Amino acid sequence: MNNISLIKKCATFSVLSVGIGIALIGTAQAGLLEDVKTRDTLRCGVSSDKAGFSYLTDNGEWSGMDVDLCRSVAAAVLGEASKVDFVVTTAKNRFTALASGEIDVLSRATTWTASRDANLGADFTTPWFYDGQGVMTHANFGVSSIEDLDGAVFCLSPGTTSEQNLEDYFGRRNMNYSTVVIEKSTELYNAFQRGRCDAITNDMSGLASRRTQFADPDAFTLLPEAISKEPLGAYVPQGDAQWRDIVTWTAFSLMNAEELNVTSENVDEMRDDTENPNVARLLGTEGHIGERFGLDDAWAYQAIKQVGNYKEIFNRNVGPDTPLNFERGLNRLWNEGGILYAAPIR
Amino acid sequence: MTVLTKQLHSDRQAPPRHPWKHLATRWIKKQLFPTPFQSCLSLTTLVLLLWFIPFALDWLLFSATFVGDSKADCVGDGACWLPVTQRIELFVYGFYPDTEIWRVNIAFGLAASILPVLYLKQVDRRWVLGYLIVLPFLMWWLLKGGAGLSEVSSTKFAGILVTIFLGVIGMLFALPIGILLALGRRSKKPAIKLLSVLYIELVRSVPVITLLFMASLMIQLFFPEGMTIDIFLRVLIVLIMFTAAYMAETIRGGLQGISSGQFEAAEALGFSYWKTMGLIILPQVLRNTIPPLLTQFIGLFKETTLVVVVGVLDVVGIAMSTTSAPEWLGLEHEVYLFLALFFFIICFTLSHYARHLEKQMEKSRL
Repeated sequence: MNNISLIKKCATFSVLSVGIGIALIGTAQAGLLEDVKTRDTLRCGVSSDKAGFSYLTDNGEWSGMDVDLCRSVAAAVLGEASKVDFVVTTAKNRFTALASGEIDVLSRATTWTASRDANLGADFTTPWFYDGQGVMTHANFGVSSIEDLDGAVFCLSPGTTSEQNLEDYFGRRNMNYSTVVIEKSTELYNAFQRGRCDAITNDMSGLASRRTQFADPDAFTLLPEAISKEPLGAYVPQGDAQWRDIVTWTAFSLMNAEELNVTSENVDEMRDDTENPNVARLLGTEGHIGERFGLDDAWAYQAIKQVGNYKEIFNRNVGPDTPLNFERGLNRLWNEGGILYAAPIR
Repeated sequence: MTVLTKQLHSDRQAPPRHPWKHLATRWIKKQLFPTPFQSCLSLTTLVLLLWFIPFALDWLLFSATFVGDSKADCVGDGACWLPVTQRIELFVYGFYPDTEIWRVNIAFGLAASILPVLYLKQVDRRWVLGYLIVLPFLMWWLLKGGAGLSEVSSTKFAGILVTIFLGVIGMLFALPIGILLALGRRSKKPAIKLLSVLYIELVRSVPVITLLFMASLMIQLFFPEGMTIDIFLRVLIVLIMFTAAYMAETIRGGLQGISSGQFEAAEALGFSYWKTMGLIILPQVLRNTIPPLLTQFIGLFKETTLVVVVGVLDVVGIAMSTTSAPEWLGLEHEVYLFLALFFFIICFTLSHYARHLEKQMEKSRL
């Protein structure tokens, strides 16, 4: 009856080998830039359900701030913003996917923290969106600062960093609060709307977008302070300096484009006819910056032309004309009162 | 007592003009109002239903919005089905290239045709078996491409496509492995028996979600750098291995139900082990276990929704993405109701079908 084990072995082996044969994607060790160019597609890890950052539109297109960052990297590296394969990652498997080489860039509203940068086989590029944990409360309380919320009841979802941040904030100030813990976010916000709790805390961007969905948005105020810093941005696999530079500087180029008033519409004019050397260097008519990254000199031109500058991306995805209606806030340029400070391209 | 006999008597004398009406009254009396307490319960339920059904129908259908482009078109008080209707292609085909959608349709058709094929008695069983063996490979080829068809990256797979693909291909691959495991567990060779028992018990004692997390998080780390197996395939293998273990137990049950006379007769005729199994035992076992296997398929079909936790966008993943798209925020109820309806229709049909097959078998046994 050795036949059984033989057949079984054969079966297992053939199932496995067929599988591996089909899905094996051999990648050379030459560095991610070469890999991406050979493959002619950028594999980008995103989330599938974060409104404004990465989500699906009705006709199945990916859309959002994080998605547009991937597209601009694809435009810079491959000359074509559409050459991106979006891989859905979850909060749990995102860093494994990056470390194992399943994706080239992780652009999934991931906060830049020391422990992540140090531990997870990933390197952070640059902040792409500054978020912070905020607090929303009922407008009729007349409260204007979190400091006034001593003794308040907070709606929280269990086991999140926002719980820790709240504890830190209140503990430090010797203030008291109590909590109502609700697992599902829809129910959490419904409970808050019905007055089950006095305040609710989450990322400010998340609070703002939820408020627009409330029956009476004006009955609630978003307090101005942030109780935690949440710089969100893209991660790349650890140890590939060239690739990290490319993703970082693609993001910078879009911020610089806003600063220099280069938009997807006027980029051609600006390229052909500019007196500003900064614009000329950005768009590759001077200085051969792209070449030094191992890219085409028109790398930033392609990204701006096909995806738009930072302002265009922001407005298209989360700006005032979208249902999310975020304030630019911290994400204004450094010379307009924000902290978006992109290093110069020269 | 006297009243009752009198009534029966009078019934017999003058048969009612509307027999169905009479039957209905009797049924209602017997089923709904046998005792005062039950009458009370029945009445309360009826009142609740009468209050709830018009309300529900109104919300679901009459005041609901089916046509429109955006949330602004949902003006009535009813449900807003636009996130589903506007996105139906995304729900069904995911990101599959538009020009290649015919391949998905054919694959769906092939998968659906299993049911009538199982049912038809005129078709030779060897053909059915052959079909079941070829089908997963055929579906794989149709959907993934290669060999004449353009290749489609599995990042383009999403929605119902993924659910059906994982369910059907998972089931059909799991069946042969399950049969081998069941035979192995009853084998007289201790090594084979031990291995089969170990495998089955190990897999059965771990929740499928743990295995999925392992496939998503751990397997990659054991491979040499740069080598990756598509997450889709990893998830499929996990589902196959998981289902195979459960199936082995179902089939083992079927094997135990075969009387020992069958084995003895085969031995007396000088049949080898494989001939005995292949020609005599397994055909009976499989025929008897089709209904429980179908039930298992229903289980697997619903379990495929767990893949959403490892980042594979099945129909639930698309639904979750829909409820968080800014243009459809706040319409969770409609989207999840649609999901419930989708799973209900398929699972109810299948379980009904399984019950039907069971009845057929009872009949043919008599």
